[in-house]
Amino acid sequence: MLQNFLLNILLTLVWVALTGELNYTNFGFGFTVGFLLLWFLNRRRTSNHDYFLRVPKIFAFMFNFLYDMIRANIEVTIDVITPNYNMKPGIVKYEMDAKSDFEITMLANMIALTPGTVVIDISKDKRYMFIHAMYLKDIEGFKRNLKDRTEKKLLEIIR
Amino acid sequence: MTDILIMILSTLGALFILVASVGIYKMPDFYSRLSVTIKAATLGIGAILIASALFFAEFSVTTKTISIIFFLFLTAPVAGYLIGKVAYVNGTKLWKHSIIDEMKDDPDSFCTQVKEKEEEVLPKSESKK
Repeated sequence: MLQNFLLNILLTLVWVALTGELNYTNFGFGFTVGFLLLWFLNRRRTSNHDYFLRVPKIFAFMFNFLYDMIRANIEVTIDVITPNYNMKPGIVKYEMDAKSDFEITMLANMIALTPGTVVIDISKDKRYMFIHAMYLKDIEGFKRNLKDRTEKKLLEIIR
Repeated sequence: MTDILIMILSTLGALFILVASVGIYKMPDFYSRLSVTIKAATLGIGAILIASALFFAEFSVTTKTISIIFFLFLTAPVAGYLIGKVAYVNGTKLWKHSIIDEMKDDPDSFCTQVKEKEEEVLPKSESKK
């Protein structure tokens, strides 16, 4: 995992040094070329295959998160602009699967960056998270959505 | 092409910040104000910074932009979390139409622990007087 990542970075730097253009497009292109090259070289081995599954997952998660963020933002914007309220706020107790401090921090950041939800408190034994959400149409559905769409994918990437 | 992208991004950023500032006035209680402000401001500043990076198209400007966005996205949620927590400990009330409050009197939450501690401390200090 880490070995493949460092090799990929090294190949990117070699590509940038050989082409001699110091800009982000070239970095991105070099990274892609290095990634495909490493993938091609490692395709027979099964033990070292973790990295090549993880990188597409990271990009998929980023796009998914961006889509969620924009959708929630539109919801909040409509509520701010129109004169009446159609929100149902409340504080929800949510049981986390994330265990270590780093995982909890990343999860809390993801939740806080989605408009309409704020993490207010984390219990002392690090099992529960108290979330203030603005649009609680059904509570169980909200929790299930959070678990399936955000937390599972995040933990797949980090762990 | 880049011109159109810059226009779209800077307009979107300005609109996000405008919505956030209208939201401070319009939202009924503290927590929804908090959640409207932090996110919309973060997204708005992010969009404006990306537009400026596209406008200048220099390596140094782009590097600075990316690091600013990174630290903004890292620090703003932590600040929001702490502000919300302090508000709840101080007893800021939820909106009157709120449907649920699972945190009230929950033994796991930090806020009820703080309240219990205060109740323990207060009678002692009165007895000292």
